[in-house]
Amino acid sequence: MQLSKTRKRAVSVIAALFAAIMLLLALPVSATADEVGTEFDDRVFGNVKLDGESLGGVEITVRGNGYEASTVTGDDGRWVIGVPERGAYEVILNEETLPPGIAVVEDGGPIKQIEFGLTGTVVTNYFIGEGERTAVGLWPQFFTRLVYGINFGLMLALASVGLSLVFGTTKLSNFAHAEMVTLGAVVALFFASLDINPFLGILLAVAVSGFAGFAQDVVIWRPLRRKGLGIVQLMIVSIGLALTMRYVFQFFIGGSTSQLPSLGGESFKLFGTLTLSTTDIASMGISIVVLIAFALWLTMTKTGKATRAISDNIDLAAASGIDVDRVIRYVWITASALAGLGGILWAYFRPGIKWDMGEKILLLIFAAVVLGGLGTAFGALIGALIVGIMVETSTLILAPDIKYVGALIVLIGVLLVKPTGLLGTKERIG
Amino acid sequence: MSNSEPVKATGLHVGEASPGVAKVDPILKASNVTRKFGGLTAVNVEHVEIPRGAITALIGPNGAGKTTFFNLLTGFDSPDTGTMEFNGKSLSGMRSHQIAKLGQVRTFQLTKALSLLTVLENMKLGATDQAGEKILGSLIPQIWRKQEAEIEKRAEELLRRFKLYEKKEDFAASLSGGQRKLLEMARALMTNPTLVMLDEPMAGVNPALTESLLEHVLDLKKEGMTVLFVEHDMHMVRHIADWVIVMAEGEIVAEGPPDQVMKEQAVIDAYLGSHQETDLGVVTGRIDIIDDGEKK
Amino acid sequence: MDWIQILSNTVESILSPVTFAFVLASLGLAMHFGFAGLLNFGIAGFMAIGAYGYAISVLRFDLPWWGGMLVSIAAAIVFAILLGAPTLRLRGDYLAIVTIAAAEIARLLFLTNTFDDFTGSASGLFGYHDSFRAANPIPEGTYGFGPFTYSETDWWVRIFALAVLAVVIWLLWALSRSPWGRVIKGIREDEDAVRALGKNVFAYKMQALIIGGVFGAMGGVVYALPSAVNPTVYVTSLTFFIWTALLLGGAATVFGPVLGSIIFWVLQAFLTNVLPALAQEGGILESLTSQQASTLRFILVGIGLMLIVIYRPQGIAGDKRELTFVK
Repeated sequence: MQLSKTRKRAVSVIAALFAAIMLLLALPVSATADEVGTEFDDRVFGNVKLDGESLGGVEITVRGNGYEASTVTGDDGRWVIGVPERGAYEVILNEETLPPGIAVVEDGGPIKQIEFGLTGTVVTNYFIGEGERTAVGLWPQFFTRLVYGINFGLMLALASVGLSLVFGTTKLSNFAHAEMVTLGAVVALFFASLDINPFLGILLAVAVSGFAGFAQDVVIWRPLRRKGLGIVQLMIVSIGLALTMRYVFQFFIGGSTSQLPSLGGESFKLFGTLTLSTTDIASMGISIVVLIAFALWLTMTKTGKATRAISDNIDLAAASGIDVDRVIRYVWITASALAGLGGILWAYFRPGIKWDMGEKILLLIFAAVVLGGLGTAFGALIGALIVGIMVETSTLILAPDIKYVGALIVLIGVLLVKPTGLLGTKERIG
Repeated sequence: MSNSEPVKATGLHVGEASPGVAKVDPILKASNVTRKFGGLTAVNVEHVEIPRGAITALIGPNGAGKTTFFNLLTGFDSPDTGTMEFNGKSLSGMRSHQIAKLGQVRTFQLTKALSLLTVLENMKLGATDQAGEKILGSLIPQIWRKQEAEIEKRAEELLRRFKLYEKKEDFAASLSGGQRKLLEMARALMTNPTLVMLDEPMAGVNPALTESLLEHVLDLKKEGMTVLFVEHDMHMVRHIADWVIVMAEGEIVAEGPPDQVMKEQAVIDAYLGSHQETDLGVVTGRIDIIDDGEKK
Repeated sequence: MDWIQILSNTVESILSPVTFAFVLASLGLAMHFGFAGLLNFGIAGFMAIGAYGYAISVLRFDLPWWGGMLVSIAAAIVFAILLGAPTLRLRGDYLAIVTIAAAEIARLLFLTNTFDDFTGSASGLFGYHDSFRAANPIPEGTYGFGPFTYSETDWWVRIFALAVLAVVIWLLWALSRSPWGRVIKGIREDEDAVRALGKNVFAYKMQALIIGGVFGAMGGVVYALPSAVNPTVYVTSLTFFIWTALLLGGAATVFGPVLGSIIFWVLQAFLTNVLPALAQEGGILESLTSQQASTLRFILVGIGLMLIVIYRPQGIAGDKRELTFVK
């Protein structure tokens, strides 16, 4: 693989920033949680902490749908309970098992109602302390959701800008793009199993994702472009590829949810109910830095500018001496690497890695791309943030298990009202 | 096919031939029609009338807005402002298929032969008011069989006339570019139109076929139909058109009988504006490009 | 390895209600995509609406079984109109995204706890069989031969499904060779050309969407008839599998979707039986767990879909000249 000088520079800048941020956050890794119901794919889990200190030995019960299971938290405060099906459950923290004088100090007390959304996991955390009750008004809740939404939106952006770039340059609605998200996470999981430095593992996983993009273009997409397949045929080929990849993942990691090794760090209680871990903050930082680097690549480098020329008019670009195949190859590498990184970060946010995790956000990625304007990378970035924030804040009104519905309705709405999206320009007819 | 000069219709207009001039018997009228794309004004037609029973050519340099204007007249695009009338009936707010039902049929610049239907199926699709095209009626062949046979007979007659009869069972995809143009025109005739609008009927047609295409267009006039066509081939325009309307930058800059219009300064300027590299003689039709047989 | 058992299970899948459901849904898609050129990626949504429409009306509103099926059909028509009214003007690939999103919205709304009283949320719906089984004219007992030996209830489900299938095949066949079908195919080729001939393209597309959608909904009903309504069935993968079956057989034919669905399920049944057996008893798949071995068949579906679309887009039954893909 030949890299242009500018591209090399961009890669090394990204890599250096990435490594620096990661090293800053490197902290010792703690012990594993106590788990029950591991035979099931779907899990409820959480982390019991008092003033940032993990609390072990706290009893947690999950009950519902004719199922009940209890566990006690490990020394790291974590607990995991597998459940037989996605649905509504009651989570009960046994206050008797808390240290004396300590209680659950949020609305609803020690009993929480939870519901599974699209993913097979639900995180349930309790805020406990010495009677210091946190007022949970609408605004603090909204603010919390807003921050989570930005975090989610940034990850979504990593996946979306690539899809948008691929669509712009090749007119392919790539349904397999979400599998690149899963690929990043799965490869990171593989490297984690080799017991190498987790940050190095993540970097390698991003590199493997990029290479997978390159391979995809060489083996599948470029020959098919040559063959002159129509956009619909290409789209269905991408669906076939998505199915193939998805089940290859299942083949290797099975149907259950796996966790990446903790990167350590701690949680900070910020405003109201907002708690962010160092991983969350690092994830947002990395997303922002990488997206800025991507934007610079797109606007400042020759290759980046060429992608936009190709998106505007491929024949004109080819005629003016742009090596279209080479640029599209870079587009595939970049798009896949970004999606892979998004997948790794999302694996920490969800948290967990599952063979079909990418599929779960495929339509959200499409929503982001369409909202921003098909084929415009910056549009996809803005679209992703809007979708991310909307998904998270909509849980204030909607049940958590239909939080994606709002985003999908917006997707449909945008296609109907302004199919060119927020940043797209109107196509000339005739 | 005869080598004789076609008979030109004259006396179509009222008063001096100038842009927007009134016609004795207009079939189509458009007033204050504008269409903008973003900041660009593609069409800005103050007033124009198309004479009935004649062949009218719409010409102009590339990007003059001819095809856009065509799309507006046929309901394939909606104007930002303006009114249009066909046979005295306002076309405002009408959709393309409704306009087509009034008897105004069009063809396309990029030929739209329905490739995976046979030539005969293409033709039958053109017939109007088919009982078998209604969802419930279609399930009972007894309802539509007789009409279908009549349609097939008429389609075969037209196919013979357009020399496509031997191909009737072939997929339209297997036809040559010129044959597709012929098929598209024949299919349009299946609708029994009163106004036939042809968007660049000669584009991409093999020279061997141009002559028969010209004959077919002239035949339409003989049968009492009105023809409006967009064309780049000035030879064809001069040869068959009774009236010429010239567009440039979205506006109508000249109109009149072909011989007069070709000499007008506004027309020469319009072409000079965008065709500086082209030999003016060719563009304005003062130099004949084709052989003597058709020379004036 | 018990080859007799494996072959018997494989052959049995030909008469399985799931196969019939697939045939119905892929016939619906054939109407949408093969004949009208509509890229509907929401067929799983139509099936879900059929299945839930039937089960909810029988369970919650005490309708008889035929009333439930009428509700399913009505619901599919409403869904098609809601989906089609705003979207049939859109470009093909946009329509694909809208329909896949709409099907997902429908699934999420069936899955959510918010409407648990009606939909049973994650547990789905069951126990709605009384009315349908009461209408069974077959006396109690076990009938049939070899792999096709079923109880009277199982036969009733299969015979009913076959009857529905016969009606649907006749409808599609009659429509596709009528002047109506000619208009629809013309729209598939180039809707502007058809519009220019004075046909109301939108109305035709809507009719095609409704008819195909109703076929899909009947597929959902047949899927739900023998057992239960399970929300995990109606995911986008189901849509993709039905597309695979359709393209395998040939999208623009009546016989193709039938053939494609049967091949799809016979192969699935065969691989489901043979792959784990190969893994257990050694041989080429010795190193695999039985779960991995059964995952292989879905990997093969994906690869198969790619190969069909690239090398034989007209499918097994399709005319070689008749490629139905828009360039």
